[in-house]
Amino acid sequence: MQSMQVTVNGESRVLTGALTLEDLLRDFGVDQRKVAVERNLEIVPKSTFGTVMIEDGDRLEVVHFIGGG
Amino acid sequence: MKSIEEGDFFEIAGRRFRSRLLVGTGKYKDFDETARAIEASGAEIVTVAVRRVNLSDPVQPMLTDFVDPKKYTYLPNTAGCYTADDAVRTLRLAREAGGWKLVKLEVLGDQKTLYPDVVETLKASEALIKDGFDVMVYTSDDPIIANALEEIGCCAIMPLAAPIGSGLGIQNPVNIRLIVEQSNVPVLVDAGVGTASDASIAMELGCDGVLMNTAIAAAKDPVAMARAMRLAVEAGRLAYMAGRMPRKLYADPSSPVGGLI
Repeated sequence: MQSMQVTVNGESRVLTGALTLEDLLRDFGVDQRKVAVERNLEIVPKSTFGTVMIEDGDRLEVVHFIGGG
Repeated sequence: MKSIEEGDFFEIAGRRFRSRLLVGTGKYKDFDETARAIEASGAEIVTVAVRRVNLSDPVQPMLTDFVDPKKYTYLPNTAGCYTADDAVRTLRLAREAGGWKLVKLEVLGDQKTLYPDVVETLKASEALIKDGFDVMVYTSDDPIIANALEEIGCCAIMPLAAPIGSGLGIQNPVNIRLIVEQSNVPVLVDAGVGTASDASIAMELGCDGVLMNTAIAAAKDPVAMARAMRLAVEAGRLAYMAGRMPRKLYADPSSPVGGLI
């Protein structure tokens, strides 16, 4: 299996195999309806989570709403 | 004639709101207290922050489970952003997460005072408006900058009363009044309110609304303070609409002077 190094929310992670963004979020246990994702400084539309393939070197930000002023 | 209360609303980016008190959702003890304070405040718009999901514990309770985004208008902010680029990135993510384009822009310039960096704020406003956002903008109490932000197309101007979280109240009422008089979009005091009278003063100066977080969340009893703020904003608004009496230097008796024994 080919392995990839990606950065998710500032942390480096090694992943193996072909993964879509949806797969990755599911593996993390994240409720996809409540988050937004930026990949290499570009917004990933929610409708494409199932088709966007994670690539070696990707930098991902997974965010949600929290309390704030 | 309709009473002031019945017919009074304010409009932001084509949407009407009855409550002129906007509240933040940060700094509460827990989500239950957040929900109860917001309910007591009567606010229809609540500010929220955008932050990384904690991937080691992604199923912890979330704000959206306690403060229903269908009931309240979520206003995503850019708290903690120090450059226009970071603020724009944050709000693009917020738009994708929530699906709404009404946002609160704040670009900070200094960690000690949390004063806005107006140069970056102007840049970010331009970029966001070009990208289709409705921008409510946090800024200094400088009328010239406030006017520039309105010219760019911001849908609400939100000058600070005092530094964020300071609770010092309105430090420069003259500037707030100048901004109110010159603006053709809603003006809201954002940040620095400490207690109910501060909120009333903002409204008596003619502001369209007040946005606050710490004044409620850091009170000993946040739910009671939320109610106090709701009443203070209403009282200040009514006083402004009613038109206060002129100030005089000397006394003017309230009882008739004729017919004295």
